[in-house]
Amino acid sequence: MSEHGLPADVSRRQMLLRSAAVAALAAPAAGLAAGCAAGSGSSPKTNPSTSGSTGSGAADPKNPFGVKDSDPLDVYVFKGGYGDDYAKAFEAMYKQQHSGSNVTHKGSQDVTGDLQPRFNAGNPPDVIDDSGSKQIKLDVLNKGGQLTNLDKLLDAPSIDDPSKKVRDTLLPGTVETGLLGSSMFSLNYAFTVWGLWYSSTLFTKNGWTIPKTWDDFMTLCATIKGTGMAPFCHQGKYPYYMMVPLMDMVAKNGGPDAQTAIDNLEPNAWKSDAVKNSVEALYMLVDKGYMLPGTEGLTHIQSQTQWNQGKAAIIPCGSWLENEQLAATPADFGMAVFAMPSLSGDKMPATAIRAGAGEPFIVPAKAKNQAGGLEFMRIMCSKAGGASFAKTANSLSVVKDSITPDIAASLKPGTKSSNDLYTAANGQIINWYYLNWYSAFATDLENAMSQLMANKIKPDEFITRAQAAADKCAADSSIQKFKRPTT
Amino acid sequence: MRLRKKTRERLFIASFLAGPLAVYIIFVIWPYIETFGYSLTEWTGVAPPSKVVGLKNYVDLFHDESFRHALWHNIFLLIFFPTITIVLAMFFAFMLNVGGRRGGLGGVRGIRGSGVYRVVFFFPQVLSVAILVILFQALFETNNAGFFNGILIKLHITDANHPWEFLNSNTFVLWCILFILVWQWVGFYLVLFSAAMQQIPRDYYEAALLDGAGRIQTYFKVTMPLLWDSVQTAWVYLAVAAMDAFALVANLTPGSNFGGGPDGHGEVLATYLMRNFQTAGKAGYACAMGVVIFFITLILSLVVLRLTRRERLEY
Repeated sequence: MSEHGLPADVSRRQMLLRSAAVAALAAPAAGLAAGCAAGSGSSPKTNPSTSGSTGSGAADPKNPFGVKDSDPLDVYVFKGGYGDDYAKAFEAMYKQQHSGSNVTHKGSQDVTGDLQPRFNAGNPPDVIDDSGSKQIKLDVLNKGGQLTNLDKLLDAPSIDDPSKKVRDTLLPGTVETGLLGSSMFSLNYAFTVWGLWYSSTLFTKNGWTIPKTWDDFMTLCATIKGTGMAPFCHQGKYPYYMMVPLMDMVAKNGGPDAQTAIDNLEPNAWKSDAVKNSVEALYMLVDKGYMLPGTEGLTHIQSQTQWNQGKAAIIPCGSWLENEQLAATPADFGMAVFAMPSLSGDKMPATAIRAGAGEPFIVPAKAKNQAGGLEFMRIMCSKAGGASFAKTANSLSVVKDSITPDIAASLKPGTKSSNDLYTAANGQIINWYYLNWYSAFATDLENAMSQLMANKIKPDEFITRAQAAADKCAADSSIQKFKRPTT
Repeated sequence: MRLRKKTRERLFIASFLAGPLAVYIIFVIWPYIETFGYSLTEWTGVAPPSKVVGLKNYVDLFHDESFRHALWHNIFLLIFFPTITIVLAMFFAFMLNVGGRRGGLGGVRGIRGSGVYRVVFFFPQVLSVAILVILFQALFETNNAGFFNGILIKLHITDANHPWEFLNSNTFVLWCILFILVWQWVGFYLVLFSAAMQQIPRDYYEAALLDGAGRIQTYFKVTMPLLWDSVQTAWVYLAVAAMDAFALVANLTPGSNFGGGPDGHGEVLATYLMRNFQTAGKAGYACAMGVVIFFITLILSLVVLRLTRRERLEY
């Protein structure tokens, strides 16, 4: 077991799919400690109006945290699917505003290994992207009093418009994701959109149109198969990729009721028509031979590369796909994404998609240059920051309206397409909680999915197994249970 | 008061051992004891254990079907991995050292080009597990871009629409892991056995040859018995490795968080333990598993050492 520190892209996948999750998970868990968090946080500083009247320099909208140019800034970034070039771009912006300040940068994957000793020694960096499989859990840090309350960031004036607070410049859901108790302790910066990805060049060339309904989709698959190309491939080695389209369909078909039942582990939640319709629809891809042969055993890189090479037309993924496949994508590929096609009787519109904030940034409580760390985040939350992230990390950020038409024109095609998809969704966002709350349950579902995709079980048995897994989880008293928020 | 000579001698030796012993106790024994302590608690792994639950984790373990499956998979490896590896390594070592045609020093030498083979066979040992993973991922790729599947399809042994599943097959996943393990370790034990064979005085072989013994007879009557110590060592090491197999299974078999797929068919105890420890937040339960694995491995080593005990020949 000495070798388990190993390579594995797996960990990065994990972080990408679950980064939003981690933060979200931390929120309810810390809810228990909310009482004491609120108690200790009730110092005058958390209230912007009082700090504004008492503090002398704090009123300056250009420098609300009182950053001293002479103080060095220490930045630590998890170097995962988004790379760390984007952070270097933020650092350049910071240096420009605070000329003369010395910024040190470190991008790495082993967050715990690098930073746990520094936290213990009281010498942490000033701002950290605490993400990946070796993330230091946020609730643990918070419990140890290691996190700066970011409410003062949220209430600071925005760089773009000092009459607005930073809080109002972020996409809905961002603050909630970072809550521990009643305050935000992490800024979840990357905005991820999930869907079905295709090459627009290929589609245009063949005159294929984006399917709106599942029937259209099946017709399209038949057409694609007729040309000798496999219509669909997926990252079969990691079955959670295929859980995303399935659960998107369930959410769309069953609406909030089906989602609440599943997230709350209610009896017979998986026996609903929404689940049945969705599983049967998805199984058609296997049953009708629309899958790339062997795709059920491919890793994410293998399958995505096959897709890039035109061996298969469509693949499910999140919006990190473009950056991940940068080297493998042909120049004229025209990467684009569409929403899961709708089933008849859907309760959510066809444009609804899954999307969420991830990649938690924190400022340690014992940071030497806490003001600098907060200012760094304020720069991230500016429109220029969001635009820079879109360009350097090829992904969307949580900064509202940062993608202006001229920036959109210069974006990579996949990022632009996911931005369009999010805009078109018009607030109809799919969210599942069970994935973050009950990982053992999620693993059971993935196991069943692997068998469905390998055509070793049929939809009926998948549903039976899913329900059994849910019942097992519900009956396990050692697992802490949560309730899906009603909105 | 003067201590007896023997006592003084012991104290003298102990004074040298004190340092290493302290290190061993702090970094090996103490963690084991701690693991045992944690196995009696309900512990999530990110905050101190919430309560003591006694032997509940062990009782749960007894009823856990996934744990039993994983145990059977380890037993599968335990039966096949040491056996195949030792037989192959012995065979190759024999061929490289004494398997050649007559002639050479004292009529005993390896087959032609044995020096080259020795190096080639050792190659897999030089590769890190990370490289092995990448290599075998490409060899076992489940579509026609894979090495094996590419060949099989070209030879029309399999149909391009139904490539072999290899690591994604419920039936064959463990065989694939076994294949890689054997491939990885044969070279090492070949070198171990070679070294042991070179310790065997050449006169024995000469004598055997003079008595008219053939290659096979020489092998079974001279080489094998004289290598017994090395085989015994190899058996213990390989058995321990078969109980682990973590790195390959976690990285090569399907499934997020330490593999174990498809659908549990590739699961071994170590991956199931890690998934419980790190992903499912059941660290106390995982510790109970660790304790059970520790005892299984310990008993196994003792049994192997006891069963293979022979009279030792000095030369």
